[in-house]
Amino acid sequence: MDSKLKGRRELLKASAALAGGFSIGLASRARAQQHDHPATPTSANASPMLHGSQEQIEYGQRSKYVTSVRIAHPIGGRPSPDVFGKVFHVATPLQDSVGVITPSSLHYVATTRGSFLPDIDPQQHTLTIHGLVDRPLTLTMDELKRFPSVTRLHFIECAGNRHNGRQHTVQETHGMTSCAEWTGVLLSTLLKECGLKSSAKWFVSEGAEEVKGASSIPIAKAMDDCLIAYGMNGEPLRPQQGFPVRIMVPGFEGIYHTKFLRRIKVVDRFYMNYNEFGHLRQTDELLALGEQIGPKSVITFPSGTQQLDGPGYYEISGLAWSGGGAVKTVEVSTDGGKTWNQAQLKTTPEHMAHVRFGYEWRWDGTETEIMSRCIDEIGQRQPLREEIANWWNIPEQRDYRVPGLDNSVMPWKIARDGSVTNGLA
Amino acid sequence: MGSREMVKVPTPLKVVTIPLLLASLVGSLAIAQSPTYGVGRTPTAEELRQMDISIGPTGEELPPGSGTAIEGAQVYVQRACIGCHGAEGMGGLGGLAPALRSQRDADLPIWEKERILPLRSPHATTVWDYINRGMPLGLEGTLTPDEVYSLTAYLLFLNDLIPEDQVLDQESLPKVTMPIGDEYGKPHEFKLNSPRLEGYPY
Repeated sequence: MDSKLKGRRELLKASAALAGGFSIGLASRARAQQHDHPATPTSANASPMLHGSQEQIEYGQRSKYVTSVRIAHPIGGRPSPDVFGKVFHVATPLQDSVGVITPSSLHYVATTRGSFLPDIDPQQHTLTIHGLVDRPLTLTMDELKRFPSVTRLHFIECAGNRHNGRQHTVQETHGMTSCAEWTGVLLSTLLKECGLKSSAKWFVSEGAEEVKGASSIPIAKAMDDCLIAYGMNGEPLRPQQGFPVRIMVPGFEGIYHTKFLRRIKVVDRFYMNYNEFGHLRQTDELLALGEQIGPKSVITFPSGTQQLDGPGYYEISGLAWSGGGAVKTVEVSTDGGKTWNQAQLKTTPEHMAHVRFGYEWRWDGTETEIMSRCIDEIGQRQPLREEIANWWNIPEQRDYRVPGLDNSVMPWKIARDGSVTNGLA
Repeated sequence: MGSREMVKVPTPLKVVTIPLLLASLVGSLAIAQSPTYGVGRTPTAEELRQMDISIGPTGEELPPGSGTAIEGAQVYVQRACIGCHGAEGMGGLGGLAPALRSQRDADLPIWEKERILPLRSPHATTVWDYINRGMPLGLEGTLTPDEVYSLTAYLLFLNDLIPEDQVLDQESLPKVTMPIGDEYGKPHEFKLNSPRLEGYPY
């Protein structure tokens, strides 16, 4: 109460100052200096005010009570940063996420082999397109921004985003995917500007970081929806996401989304550069399951290590996505997979983007398992782990390594005390 | 252009159609051949040559230069590769850098041996490409073409793929036979709006 009254007094003083002909700048500075609220509120309704600071005014920060952070992935794996200061894999705190946009500060990070972040001056950076084109082209970042732009919502998911019984939270099981709004120029626009030769079948995209990560991508994908992105969530890309420019290859696994993009070379064959050696598989089938992300979903609330307060109403919440296109439907089971019910889509499903789903649930306090599965617009269906095991003739068990990218159903176990744990454990 | 010139027009239609056809051809050629926006500049051939470090399976982008495993063994020490990858590529530093030489039975099928680049790669050019773009750690891009040819030869020699005095260069490197042969998955033809694997419902 005291501080509220005091606040009102300051406001009056400030208005008086304004009325007296002081500039707004002087008045507000005076006001900030005179505010001196106690750190602890003296009543239930009062709270200490946050002093305005240049930092908060210029680039805002979240509340100190919001403490959600990224973590190195996987648990017990290679640390980020490592002893050299290199970053490898960092996972998004999906358990705390709402909606479908991952804040840029919390977007997952992965690098080709553990990298330093290149400190690129955008004035010095160029993107060159060459190879099987009529007119090779070098663009400064300012020139790139002169082309017609598009803005699209897209998820990215790392091939390392797989779940097993040793993990605890959804950040550990599924945190290597994020979704953001990306702005840039369609690669098809640039390739048409260069004049694509008829012998073009693939392109190699290459980054400017120390290892110059390079991937071969089909030209049909380039002409469909690849995006040369310079913007993310309304501002320039963050360095961790490839500042000043990256390529988005919507629905393909993360490594194809080359950051710090410096060169696109149009070629007539699969190029088998270093990144491709990482994709080397024994069979065509295994290779095919390592490029386009399959239909996938996960419940983010309630999820591993979270706690239900007791029986009663809860809205189950989660995310669904697919590299095959937009998500069409999501189903939720609250009885360990015996029955499945349609979930509500909370956002409009978009091409290769996360969609938020919800399901109204009244927990009766008994032990159970909850899980979700989705179907995408081209009819692919997210499988149970048992279904994948049957397909591959893997001796049936829940906790095994799924061949190709892991898009299997993730069960969470709810105990009678309301605690939530990994259903694969 | 070649395919456009081969357009065949049935005789009775020629009189009326040809002017129209020509007009539309000229129109579409104009669209195909001139840039729409005219933004940016044309890189010089020299810029492209310097920038193009993507070495494909044919090796057409390989620069002049050469090296043998004998020379490579020296470069391996001089350039401190040995510090992380260990003596003769046997690994070191508690697994921080991968071993570069197979330590399993030579008679084992390739997929039962270790995942080692200069052993399992389908192309010797990939070994060259990676050393050139990604090594040594922290000093990437500083090796000369001769050093990269020598190191490639040394690693292939350590895995019993070439003799120690074989000279690798633009011509010979792409011809090195790798033990994996054809026994690896090939990319399928990518089709839009298609399942990732035909017949796989998931």
